[in-house]
Amino acid sequence: MGEDTSSETRRVEKLLDSVLESADAAERVALKAARELGFPDDEQHKIGMAVREAIVNAVVHGNRYNAHKKVHLAVTSGQDHLAVTIGDEGEGFDLAALPDPLAEQNLLHQSGRGIFLIRAFMDEFEVRRRVPGGTEVRLVKYLEKKQ
Amino acid sequence: MSAKLSPRQVGDVIVVDVSGRITLGEGSSNLREGIRGLLTQGNKKILLNLGEVSYIDSSGIGELVSGFTSVTNQGGQLKLLNLTKRVRDLLQITKLYTVFEVYDEEAAAVRSFV
Repeated sequence: MGEDTSSETRRVEKLLDSVLESADAAERVALKAARELGFPDDEQHKIGMAVREAIVNAVVHGNRYNAHKKVHLAVTSGQDHLAVTIGDEGEGFDLAALPDPLAEQNLLHQSGRGIFLIRAFMDEFEVRRRVPGGTEVRLVKYLEKKQ
Repeated sequence: MSAKLSPRQVGDVIVVDVSGRITLGEGSSNLREGIRGLLTQGNKKILLNLGEVSYIDSSGIGELVSGFTSVTNQGGQLKLLNLTKRVRDLLQITKLYTVFEVYDEEAAAVRSFV
């Protein structure tokens, strides 16, 4: 774990415990990077929220609070974007099978809005299987919105 | 700071001043238990003043929805007051803004309860 401070990119990696407090730690790292890149306040807030939602998913649904499983965080600052990858060591999930929280029959459900909010707040959202196991999500936000 | 709830009576309406962060864990739990407690005490007209809520995540939104459903199912009313721009935007993008009755002024909100 550590930092890469080469001229074009800066990368911070952290290994986090499967506890809710890890969302605070991850949010701090992401917000610091977002601030240093020059994202406006509102965009920083959206980045922080998206990262928090993704960490909570990794802790709660991926690793199921298992103290033996870690959450893998990497925050990369490019010239014009911030990329955050969050990996868990769980069983994986089927993104297509998640219910649509905006569907009328789901609107009053208590849960199920996390990934929807991540997609709403970030410019790119990708889910992939993690090697050797688990799920990794990649969130990207551009300084200037991509057309 | 996790969300703290301070209920006060205004006529036959309970106005609950909520402050802090409504996030998964203590904050959302406080909101859930607070609304549940008011219902148990027989309060059916509940106005959540969210003016001092600095942050809400999807779990916090879920507790607002759950509270609304619980109160409504018991024949009561739960309404929202003083949404910050960020909370308002969240409710709009999740299509929940039209589910709740939202007010910017307490007296008008209190008068709206039937």
